[in-house]
Amino acid sequence: MEFLKETMQFVISGLATGAIYALIGLSFAIIYNSTGIINFAQGEFVMLGGVITIFCITAFKLPILIAVAVAILGTTAVGVVFERLAIRPLKNATPLALIIITIGASILIRGLVMLLWGKDTQALPAFSGNDPIEVAGATMLPQHIWIFGVTLLVIAGNRFFFHHTITGKAMRACSFNRKAANLVGISVGRMVLLSFGISAALGSLAGVIIAPLTMTAYDVGVMLGLKGFCAAIMGGMGSGLGTVLGGLILGTLESLGAGWISSGYKDAIAFLILLLILFIRPQGLFKKGETERV
Amino acid sequence: MKRLFAVGCFLVAICTAATAFAAGPIRIGALFSVTGPASFLGEPEKNTLDLLVKEINAKGGIRGSKIELFSYDTGGDVTKAVQLANKLIKNDHVVAIIGPSTTGETMAIIPLVEKEQIPLISCAAGIKITEPVKRWVFKTPANDHVAAEKILNQAAKLKQKNIAIITVSDSFGASGREQLKQMAAKKGFKIVADEVYSPKDTDMTPQLTKIKSAKPDAIICWGTNPGPAVITRNMHQLGMKTQLYQSHGVASKKFIELAGPEAAQGLMLPAGKLTVYNLLGKKDPQAKVLKGYADSYKKAYGVEPSTFGGYAWDGFQLVAGALAKGAATPAQIRDGIEKGGKLAGVSGIFHISAGDHNGLDLSAFEMVRIDKGTWAIVH
Repeated sequence: MEFLKETMQFVISGLATGAIYALIGLSFAIIYNSTGIINFAQGEFVMLGGVITIFCITAFKLPILIAVAVAILGTTAVGVVFERLAIRPLKNATPLALIIITIGASILIRGLVMLLWGKDTQALPAFSGNDPIEVAGATMLPQHIWIFGVTLLVIAGNRFFFHHTITGKAMRACSFNRKAANLVGISVGRMVLLSFGISAALGSLAGVIIAPLTMTAYDVGVMLGLKGFCAAIMGGMGSGLGTVLGGLILGTLESLGAGWISSGYKDAIAFLILLLILFIRPQGLFKKGETERV
Repeated sequence: MKRLFAVGCFLVAICTAATAFAAGPIRIGALFSVTGPASFLGEPEKNTLDLLVKEINAKGGIRGSKIELFSYDTGGDVTKAVQLANKLIKNDHVVAIIGPSTTGETMAIIPLVEKEQIPLISCAAGIKITEPVKRWVFKTPANDHVAAEKILNQAAKLKQKNIAIITVSDSFGASGREQLKQMAAKKGFKIVADEVYSPKDTDMTPQLTKIKSAKPDAIICWGTNPGPAVITRNMHQLGMKTQLYQSHGVASKKFIELAGPEAAQGLMLPAGKLTVYNLLGKKDPQAKVLKGYADSYKKAYGVEPSTFGGYAWDGFQLVAGALAKGAATPAQIRDGIEKGGKLAGVSGIFHISAGDHNGLDLSAFEMVRIDKGTWAIVH
């Protein structure tokens, strides 16, 4: 009984962390699908979400909802500017060169935030209190419910956008075949810009909802970005359910690994899974292998 | 025109000669990791040293000589620390070096200062730095095992027998874990759970759930922000009422702010006296020093000083003390520090001797309890 209770706690903690990985993973996948590059500045978008929210609350005394909106809009602007200044001017760059540019951008953003807002860790007040809620013998916080709720909404919104709106369909068309998309009159450049905007917004949203739990500082993006990347890889870089499941599985395994085996190997477990998947199923856990015509 | 040039040359020559004849400035070197992962140590250390040098020079220096400070940022990088130490000794000809901020960097430059015979006053806490004693190496922070002993003494007083420890997986946590285990075995405690977490972890409920099932009387957490704050919050979430001890690594107001006063209520930790200087009695020998340091730091930088800045304060006072007694060469400064006798510093009362190049004991820490979002001294 005690064992079951413990396991329940591990699973709930794992799912909560996993939901965050899933959100970040989705934002990786959106850019990957429209440009073929992996944006390693994604973790920095997550960090910006939390840091800007806290800055708006402490410096301008804005109510939390407005601060969150400002943070998400601000980060989206950063994403758009980033695409305009660093990605678009390089018309014929290889994906590898672009990926390296994103790494550069992540270092730049981190450095700027450190200079602007300092190196201290900051905490955001919880959205709706800190009283633990009991679920089947395990406990969680109201903030966890926010995380689950927002993740569900994002998944639903994501699905609707990419499958039921013209713009979303156009973005998917770009990911399948850019040339053909261009031929039928889709502005590929605009879709790429849009993907950076959406992905920055998603990343910052993830950053905002976890800031009350995990606190935030200029360097939190590195680890979260890597974990989100793992989730996206597990889902085969698709912007759908695969990535979400990837994130949840990763979070749960980490938590169970820390609980059952040893907390010292928690991160090792996550990266071991990543390596195994890259070796055995490079196309992702839930995707059928694709054949590429040369 | 030619004559004018000659006169000019003559004037310049005279001026240079004049400065050379006056007592030259005392050249002191400093190595701090102002940027990088250990910047939370290096930044206040550098600020403190800059402040002290400015104050002393405004008063006319030490025995009529101004202090010239050569301060470099190592970025927490061991290789860079060695290069910069070389530069300080060979290019800048300093008579003593204060810093570096971390144990790793300090250990890397020890062979160099021993060879070049330049006194080094490290601002890192690792016990290896001064044990065994090295002729040219001193350090100002108290050893980790002093803090560990302080916690375990308190636990013994409260009759807590079974202890769980949760430590961060970096050098600070690893050293704390080792010291706690050794000390606990010596003092007859039983360690019922031994968990670790990594510095960037954001959720420690799995570790705490495991600890909960081991039913300890007390939990000791060893780390620096933000991990310990997350752990404190997670314990609150899990409804764990076990007595929690934190290490001296989080003895700052920032920790209470991050953990939240509600979750941090009642936890105890050994804190440097700087944290609670306004709660100390007037009779405390450090009271005046601490207040002076806190006031001038707040005035200069607009923020509360940290214990870490205090390490640099003490390092500089040790050197200044030797200089004030007439030491001028590196060897005289070394001897001066060793024979300096008692010094009431920020980190504690130093009794440096030939056999102890740190000179701090249990009195360097005060056991404090967090009560309604602020500190209270435990008696």
